[in-house]
Amino acid sequence: MKVGRTLLVGVPVLFLGYFFVYPVASILIEAATGEGGMDFLLTASTGRALWFTLWQAAVSTVLTLLVAFPLTWVVSNFDFAGRRTVMALVTVPFVLPSVVVASAFIALGLRDSVVAILVAHVFFNVSVVVRTVTTVWARLDRSPIDAARTLGASPWTAFRQVTLPLLSPSIAAASSIVFLLCFTSFGIVLLLGGLRLRTIEVEIYQRVTTYLDLPAAGALALVQLVGIVAVMTAYARLQERRTRKLHLRPEAQVLRVARGRERIWMWSIVTATTALTLVPPTVLIARSMRSGAAGWRFLADPGPLAVDPGAAIGNSLQSAAIAALIALAVGVPAAVVVARSAPGWGRWMDVVVMLPLGTSAVTIGLGFLVALDRPIDLRTAPIIVPIAHALVAIPFVVRAVLPTIRSIRTVLRDAAAVLGASPARVWREVDLPLMARAVGVAGGFAAAVSLGEFGATAFIVRPGTVTVPTLIYRLLGRPGAVTFSGAMAMSVILMVLVGGLVMSLDRLRAGELGSF
Amino acid sequence: MSTRTPITFAVVGLIVAACGGGETSDEQPTSTAPAPAIITLMTHDSFAGGVSEDTFAPFTAETGIEVRVLPAGDAGSMVNQAILTVDNPVADVLFGVDDSFLTRAFEAGIFAAYESPLLADVPDELELDPEHRVTPIDRGDVCLNYDLDFFSGDLRPPLNLEQLTNPEYADLLVVEHPGTSSPGLAFLLSTIATFGEDGWQDYWRALVDNGVRVARDWDTAYYSDSTWWGGDRPLVVSYASSPPAEVIFADPPTGEPITGVIDEGCYGQIEFAGVLAGGVNEQAGGMLIDYMLSPEFQSQVPLTWFVFPANSTVELPPEFVEHTVVPASPNRLDPDLVEENRERWIEEWAEIVLP
Repeated sequence: MKVGRTLLVGVPVLFLGYFFVYPVASILIEAATGEGGMDFLLTASTGRALWFTLWQAAVSTVLTLLVAFPLTWVVSNFDFAGRRTVMALVTVPFVLPSVVVASAFIALGLRDSVVAILVAHVFFNVSVVVRTVTTVWARLDRSPIDAARTLGASPWTAFRQVTLPLLSPSIAAASSIVFLLCFTSFGIVLLLGGLRLRTIEVEIYQRVTTYLDLPAAGALALVQLVGIVAVMTAYARLQERRTRKLHLRPEAQVLRVARGRERIWMWSIVTATTALTLVPPTVLIARSMRSGAAGWRFLADPGPLAVDPGAAIGNSLQSAAIAALIALAVGVPAAVVVARSAPGWGRWMDVVVMLPLGTSAVTIGLGFLVALDRPIDLRTAPIIVPIAHALVAIPFVVRAVLPTIRSIRTVLRDAAAVLGASPARVWREVDLPLMARAVGVAGGFAAAVSLGEFGATAFIVRPGTVTVPTLIYRLLGRPGAVTFSGAMAMSVILMVLVGGLVMSLDRLRAGELGSF
Repeated sequence: MSTRTPITFAVVGLIVAACGGGETSDEQPTSTAPAPAIITLMTHDSFAGGVSEDTFAPFTAETGIEVRVLPAGDAGSMVNQAILTVDNPVADVLFGVDDSFLTRAFEAGIFAAYESPLLADVPDELELDPEHRVTPIDRGDVCLNYDLDFFSGDLRPPLNLEQLTNPEYADLLVVEHPGTSSPGLAFLLSTIATFGEDGWQDYWRALVDNGVRVARDWDTAYYSDSTWWGGDRPLVVSYASSPPAEVIFADPPTGEPITGVIDEGCYGQIEFAGVLAGGVNEQAGGMLIDYMLSPEFQSQVPLTWFVFPANSTVELPPEFVEHTVVPASPNRLDPDLVEENRERWIEEWAEIVLP
């Protein structure tokens, strides 16, 4: 067990230490030794950016929860034909490159406003809430609720007093991710904000790319980090107080078939949410089909341009698989440590694994560039791109498996131990089967993050490997009707890849709890 | 699933990481080696996007050196990355720095001087550096493009920058943000060159009153805002060579461009390549620069990247000549002046245009 424990702590600490703390610290030190950083923080425009960053993230999070709630209720309670398809569909937007989504939004007339930013944030993040909360809700033992109902509670009272408290850790987990994503939102704010609205992240990007002003960028990155640590610490405290050991059951035993009025509600919600989700993708499909499917014909025969969609798909899948493996290898042990350690230690690990998500992609990219040339030069190694993706995906992995690990009742583990099972066997026979589904969901998220690139790679020198998102950017960078349609067709391919990946993962994991 | 799965993943991850790292270090032999098998070219994304297997094939055939292309974002990000890694460069040669970032690169000392014998074929006005730290490879012009269809009626396209403030062109113009876009910066510099260091602010105030829109980057302006692509702006800051690209990548092939070019108020951009100081093999870097100035490479330039080759002995393809507008006297500012003021100008611009 000693060795196991060392590995559990050591892998996340080493990985995050070398690939996150060290590079970011290098940048902060470089910034601190320069001049003018702190003065820059005190300007009015920085204050405005900070305020805007905070409130738009808070409002986006609340709106996302509200929009996601009805669908979450449906997929967590009812079994129906197409349930998995619906869940996969709402996940697709999450990984679309923001430049592609922005072009669809602009085509729909949503631009240059706060509303456009908020709508886009909701569109991107609905799946984070749906998937994270459903992982728990769809497997929640319903007997306490039934008991409450028998004792005369109305459905609403039973939900509020029994279900909601049990779900609140996973709702908090989803909210914290959505908040951080919106807090560091970059592409959407730049593209849909009419350039007047700027977040701290946009400001950092501008300071670095336009002015090469590291002191100012570093000072802003520090502000971001302080903000994130504050939010995450508050969240971790809340989480510890709220978490209860849950009685989880396989989905098949929990989900039921909707009847009567429920049926009408269910289908209205499913239809409305998927329809809204599908509007921007439909715009993209329509554009790829313009003038006799020009985009698709172009991809099949790109003429003089060096465009190879097959190779791009292959590279993307390979990179996504490696990123997902790294993210699971680091994220799952980290989650176990968070769940099983003394409150103080666990809370710190919890905050640290979330930091990469709340840290400016530009800062991380710059840090890689400045710091990762020793002992081996990783700066232009092909592995650096999946590592950068994994860094962003690890928080998703931790958030996705943490509620499940926390909910595994000690009774089960103790019983196994009493019956003579070794710690390894307890882990294999009790923890792992219970965690498997959450780990599958987490791995899918991680791969999806990597497939969509997510802006996580700003400023990372990437070797010449062309992935699907980089190919889309390349095609969008040239004038000409066909290249634009080609970019749209490539976006459709990306959507299909992600949708397919998410669906097959769901299927793969579906039966695993049956043995429980 | 076995118990050890997560740990196995960890080990696999670390091994993969180690191997990935190992590969690169293998690719970098010591500088005493006669000729490295691989040389790395750092460049901006738009150049990298045009590179195919054939681009450097003649060079490899002749020298035995393979060229690895390292895309590094837009021109500004690329230069900044090279500056940040000046002590231990990630590449051997950098291509794509334009005159507006030249001084920043020189001040950071990222380049080693190399004088190519092929410079004899390059017009003198393209050679901005007497010390030969950089070598001109191509040139092009940022110009206003207009929708030929939109302006086919009574309303004629504007003839110069001044006319853009006339009421008949109200709400018709989209420009790119000079802080995030290279053509956006070129256009701002063009207005500074035209109206003077004290006059451009008033010109932009007039543009704001006339309803100018600002897009983040060229893609958004050209593909989302333009009337030829479903938007409502028929005047877009783009390139003098956008029309030939429109013809070649048209669908269905019409042989006609969608945009025309206003040949007043353009801004000339020269793109340079330079050998990075402290790279693996500076001598091989010089060989790559020679190749990039040779007719073999230069003849690929017009129809791949839609700019003019720097080597004047290269014959231009007819479809490029037919549709590309050559502005009579494109604006240009001294690189030192740009470096000194770039930040202040962009901030002043933002205060006027995006208060």
